[in-house]
Amino acid sequence: MTAYIGKRLLAAIPVILGLSIIVFLVMKLIPGDPAQALLGSYATPENVERINRALGLDRSWPEQYVIWIGNLLQGDFGRSYILNRPVLDEVLERFGATLILAGASLVICSVLGILAGIVSAVRQFGWTDRIVTFFVLIGISMPAFFLGLVLILLFAVQWRLLPASGMYAVYGGGDLPDLLRHLILPAGTLAIVATGVVARLTRAAMLEVLRQDFIRTARAKGLSENAVIYRHAFRAALVSIIPVIGIQAGFVLGGAVYIETVFQWPGLGQMLVKAVSTRDLLLVQGGVLVAATVYVLVNLLADVAQAMLDPRLKA
Amino acid sequence: MTFKWYGLAPLLAATALALVSPVAAQTPPNVLVVGQIAEPASLDPHVSTAANDFRIAVNLYDGLVRNKSGTLEIEPALATDWIISDDGLEYTFNLREGVSFHDGTPFNAEAVKFNFDRMLDETHPFADTGPFPLSFFFSSVENVEVIDDLTVKFTLNEPFAPFMSNLASPTGLIVSPAAVEQYGADYGRNPVGTGPFKFEEWQSNTRVVASRNDDYWDGAPALEAAIFRPITDANTRVAEMLSGGIDVLLETPPDNVAQFRDDANYQVVEAVGPHVWYVMLNAKEGPFTDVRVRQAVNYAVNKESLVNDVLQGTAEVSAGPIPPAFNWAYNEEVDPYPYDPEMAKQLLAEAGAEGASLTFLVTEGGSGMLDPVPMGTAIQADLAAVGLDVEIQTYEWNTFLSEVNPGLEGKADMAEMAWMTSDPDTLPFLTLRTAAWPEEGGFNSSYYSNPEVDALLDQARVATDQAERAELYKQVQEIAHEDAPWLFVANWKQNAVVTSAVGDFELQPDFGLVLRDVSKP
Repeated sequence: MTAYIGKRLLAAIPVILGLSIIVFLVMKLIPGDPAQALLGSYATPENVERINRALGLDRSWPEQYVIWIGNLLQGDFGRSYILNRPVLDEVLERFGATLILAGASLVICSVLGILAGIVSAVRQFGWTDRIVTFFVLIGISMPAFFLGLVLILLFAVQWRLLPASGMYAVYGGGDLPDLLRHLILPAGTLAIVATGVVARLTRAAMLEVLRQDFIRTARAKGLSENAVIYRHAFRAALVSIIPVIGIQAGFVLGGAVYIETVFQWPGLGQMLVKAVSTRDLLLVQGGVLVAATVYVLVNLLADVAQAMLDPRLKA
Repeated sequence: MTFKWYGLAPLLAATALALVSPVAAQTPPNVLVVGQIAEPASLDPHVSTAANDFRIAVNLYDGLVRNKSGTLEIEPALATDWIISDDGLEYTFNLREGVSFHDGTPFNAEAVKFNFDRMLDETHPFADTGPFPLSFFFSSVENVEVIDDLTVKFTLNEPFAPFMSNLASPTGLIVSPAAVEQYGADYGRNPVGTGPFKFEEWQSNTRVVASRNDDYWDGAPALEAAIFRPITDANTRVAEMLSGGIDVLLETPPDNVAQFRDDANYQVVEAVGPHVWYVMLNAKEGPFTDVRVRQAVNYAVNKESLVNDVLQGTAEVSAGPIPPAFNWAYNEEVDPYPYDPEMAKQLLAEAGAEGASLTFLVTEGGSGMLDPVPMGTAIQADLAAVGLDVEIQTYEWNTFLSEVNPGLEGKADMAEMAWMTSDPDTLPFLTLRTAAWPEEGGFNSSYYSNPEVDALLDQARVATDQAERAELYKQVQEIAHEDAPWLFVANWKQNAVVTSAVGDFELQPDFGLVLRDVSKP
């Protein structure tokens, strides 16, 4: 198992390196540069040249990339042109916020999705199944940013039960209950779509397993229905559910971009959107690098968990 | 083992209730929470370029001079008075005595010199704490000389009348040299000025907190603290206002202004701004080389409908390149082109340009561009009504700038543009002179050229007498109106919504958000 994990981690390095080259090229190829973003309508060629010189952007592309990689290997992610602060400080601060948001919604979507999937598989074509399927489809079809705004209008404006945006109260607060109160709406919104997907796939996986011989055997042994479903069927179905959750981890990380904007959540997604529009190359690189690494790690984790559950996959 | 998940339900419900119930719907007294449109980039006023950052900076810092509240007329700030030499090359300032920066170091002539040398001299020991994108506002400064502790002299390499307005702009705010030395490149996150509020804390993308400076030379402000919150999404910003999370809502979407106006819990505050929104018309090639065609589009487009329907009354129709916010230089006698499609058709017929095909560059967004796509589409429809066939090409803002700034030749006949400036000189000087064509390094991307306008603008630059300058700009407005190098569309009115508890809140024509007189008991 250790050798397998090591091999996977090694394989991730060229992926991330390749990604950094692609991001670098894309950012260089799209028109506009940080000097222009800084100067706006004052971007005369003369002013642009002055700023580019100050930022070291007057060097050739390969030179710029090599300098970046060289610094990176020494743990230096560079300075953001637009924010005037070290990229690493900004990225780590933002990453913490995204991790909380994405983590919370991953937990919500896994728990709710799996429960809904099991219930609707066990009662296939019954009323519970129909109701669950109905809500799951609504969740999958609803654009998250729209749902977010509707929830803000209801919970923050209409009923004044929860704060409309932000991660902590701007005065006082700052403790765990404060964080949780701010987390409910964005994490809930982000989880809804993912919950639908997990529920659909859990239902399919459970239905598949419930038709198999060992389930009939378990029932014939006289086991209680709960034991059959949770101890036998669910454990077997989990093998196909876990990779789905791994994919959903990527989805919530990606979906966080919209949700962070709507709820003013100070996370990585929101930062990346701004960094791209201001052509802040080093900040984009830093953000993508961290997001990609997390994605690779989460998928590795899912594969390892799957291997541990399914004896057939053990190398 | 049978797991009964619903056994947890009461526990979950109790937690949910505990989290949900204690909501502080009101902000505390004497603390003003401002909903900003974005996270500031830097609170170093020489590094920053965004109006959003300057709204915070003007409360932390003072300049040598400032704009008198509600106007664009200069009044003393850190300088008590000044003498301008007759040749317009030497400006000598007497500085206010007994003023200290928030870090306790004294404000004096050395500090002033440090500020301008850092921006302008690439060999200055702290020149690497930049870049300073807008330092060219002071590019005419040859040197800054300390005469004595409280007297400082600026020598210019050519007479430059906008110098005083530029000193009053945020780029002219004075930072603490000691703090720059202490924090270096991180100074922008640890700002120290002399202003009415002291910087306390900057929590990334959450808040910037500033507290009252009890020793402020112009009287301590009424507020104990001001908190600036970035809320990028306009709908969320409105929702925060409605749910009581902020006291001041900046840049309210046009659609929401009416809603607040009808509600007694809120006040809508408006002010003119030195802003011009226009469509440049390619005078080098194609139909717009003929002045009649340029005038025709000015008649053909219903500007009233643009500002009232598309922009919901958040702007006014503009008459020329100089906005009315520069009240002292504005020519009241030049009226906007009336909406007159018949006149437009007649002019097009005279010029033989009926049914011409035109390419129109439109941006998706961008600083000061208001609602560029709906505005572009409305203009296209009005021009279609007089028989002009307009094809729109839409670009993202930075891409748009790199298309438009090098010039429209070979690309397009018309392009949207907007400017916010601090002096009536800036916009016409950079966009209407023959010497400002793109290949000369200017922004005259549509190649307008009129020697008379060139001469007037050059003259206005060296005239240090304000009445004389005003007269020259009034002539520029009149000629430019007649020559119609642009389709003149709108001057934006800034707006803010504040709760009814907030007193003496005013928006400034220079886009500053000055909080020193604001109260919120």
